[in-house]
Amino acid sequence: MKLPDLTELALRNLRESLLRNSLTTIGISVGVASLVAMLSLGIGLQQLASRRLMKSGLFDTVVVTSRRDLRNFNRDEERNGPAPGESRVLDEATRTEIEHLPNVLEAYPDIRFITELRYDDKPHLTMISALPSSAKSNDAFDSMPGSFFSSDTAPEVILQKTFAEELLGKRLARGVDETNVAQIAAPLLGKELTMRYAQREASTTSPPAASSTSPQDHDSSLNEQSVAESAYSVVSRELKLKIVGVADLDPESMRGPTRARVFLPLKLAESLHVMQPTDLRELSRPVSDQPVYSSISVRVKNPGQVQPVEDAIKKMGFNTFSILDASRSIQQFFKVLDVFLGIFGSLALAVAFIGIVNTLVMAILERRREIGIMKAIGASDGDVRKLFFAEAGAMGILGGVVGVALGWAIGQIINLGTNVYLKSQSFPPEHFWAVPWWLVGFAILFSFLVSLAAGLYPAGRAARLDPVQALRYE
Amino acid sequence: MSVSNGAEPNVAPAIRVEELCRHYRMGEALIRAVDGVSLTVPAGEFVALLGSSGSGKSSVLNLLAGLDRPTSGSVIVQEKNLAQLSREELARYRLHTVGMVFQSFNLIPNMTLAENVELPMRFAEVDRAKRDSMAREALARVGLQSRVNHRPSELSGGEQQRAALARALINRPQLLLADEPTGNLDSRTGTEIMNMVREFNQQLGMTVVMVTHERALAERYAQRLIFLADGKLVGDEVNSPVAAGSVAEGERS
Repeated sequence: MKLPDLTELALRNLRESLLRNSLTTIGISVGVASLVAMLSLGIGLQQLASRRLMKSGLFDTVVVTSRRDLRNFNRDEERNGPAPGESRVLDEATRTEIEHLPNVLEAYPDIRFITELRYDDKPHLTMISALPSSAKSNDAFDSMPGSFFSSDTAPEVILQKTFAEELLGKRLARGVDETNVAQIAAPLLGKELTMRYAQREASTTSPPAASSTSPQDHDSSLNEQSVAESAYSVVSRELKLKIVGVADLDPESMRGPTRARVFLPLKLAESLHVMQPTDLRELSRPVSDQPVYSSISVRVKNPGQVQPVEDAIKKMGFNTFSILDASRSIQQFFKVLDVFLGIFGSLALAVAFIGIVNTLVMAILERRREIGIMKAIGASDGDVRKLFFAEAGAMGILGGVVGVALGWAIGQIINLGTNVYLKSQSFPPEHFWAVPWWLVGFAILFSFLVSLAAGLYPAGRAARLDPVQALRYE
Repeated sequence: MSVSNGAEPNVAPAIRVEELCRHYRMGEALIRAVDGVSLTVPAGEFVALLGSSGSGKSSVLNLLAGLDRPTSGSVIVQEKNLAQLSREELARYRLHTVGMVFQSFNLIPNMTLAENVELPMRFAEVDRAKRDSMAREALARVGLQSRVNHRPSELSGGEQQRAALARALINRPQLLLADEPTGNLDSRTGTEIMNMVREFNQQLGMTVVMVTHERALAERYAQRLIFLADGKLVGDEVNSPVAAGSVAEGERS
């Protein structure tokens, strides 16, 4: 029998015992719906996680430190490189070199220092860090009250929420995070605070310290000369800064304990020549005018390129750090989660499988005579088998389509409900429910195949039916 | 049409049955439904198989139809030994060589008459358009042109049997097998059906084997009467059927 005829006959037969076949089909669709719901939840959560994590900059950033910096992330494999004493320092030339590596978007110095900020005549000590203008796309500033820096040199600051709370004199227990960031931001936005910092000033003209403090040391006049070249003085300065934003999230979660709570525009921070911890460490070394950076952040085009970029920088003789390994295990976690959710979803489909077998076996009993007639007028075993397969397959496709729609609807409802909840908690809405097209196709195909498998036994049984026996019934 | 032409050697036999046996096992007992039947039916002959219930006449018909397989012996129809055909080949044989009508009509209740009649053509994979026109034509030939879209339950017994005849003949078989075709009909409608069967037999040269327990009916239409009892052939008579048109009333028992 040809396929269109087969389909037509199958659909006609399904319509004949409408109630039973509808119930079976609903059984299939519930199975498919639960499968789709489970899988789309898994996929959605994975997408949400990676979207969040990608935007946080965690996975496309490599932090480069000098091997001279013995306190930093010294991993085993890095101990094989050049000895710290012989390795290069992170200066502007290195930064440009790294920036020109393939797949590198930008490389900017990490300027971070601990200093005092005065607000309302009260001193507050905290870590300050500089942000490049590209940080604007960071997730942390997405729905931030206020705005990002108006320019890369503007005397403006963005505060982290906890620091803003400190300025307002609110003290919250650690881990308690229920204050609305907008409420905290409201009294602070547009206000000024004063930053006190130590500026490093190069002393190019005959440093008085060199000539006046060591008149008796004539043996080391050559040494004095080189020391004088690298000498600088440290001056205390003050700068008024306008608060433009209060970030709820932590844009520097990767930094762990050294993360900053106050952020400055990068170019402004560079122009301040703030005394850096590395300056002290490099004091004994002859240096040029070029500043030496404690670390450089390198942003890579996409997380896939982190590894080659890291390798290239390591070859240059620096230490690197990225959270790529962490990201890998997160991906793996979601794969496992998907499999488990899929298994639970498939359980419902297994129940539907039994439903199909039951319905079709019942149909054989009921249509015994009809099968006998068809055989008597020339239907082959294959025709009868195909007819039952077509009925199972049609129920499968129908159930699959309805199930996908149902699963999608369930997802939408849960999404909606959760977003209403998130809104009531003043969180931004989220899409943690994703039904990609491949899942739609896969679910319908899977339902079809499961139904065909369920039709295997009934179809075989119908095909083997003895027409003489079948026709004997009156 | 003469009775004797069935015995003439120049006409190729349509059916040749040799030492045909069909035994069933029912628990401990062996039932010999058909037990060593041999007969030859020339092409174009109208044969009646007579016997009381349990005589094995329906079993012989099922073996001729390829619905059942013999325990031993052979059934040769159109030079093909049905005992040696595969299930697939038997289905093709039923589809193209044989047309069947039953006492209980056996139309598929959820299909219209047109759909019932075109069903064998679906199995034969005939094109839809051709199928449709042929089904209508066949129904018109049995006088049901106005009922093509009715379901069997909306029809009288006689009309259902006419539709069943149209279905049996749709693939132009050479052999028509009828199992008590008038058993569920009153005598007038029965006569109507029998006249149609005779017409197909005479006009299309179709071989007809009809199972019946009504001797009077058989005598009126068949050219040859074969009697079965306990699965054995007990009589084979040449008969002169009543001429078409002159039909008496009240033969039903």
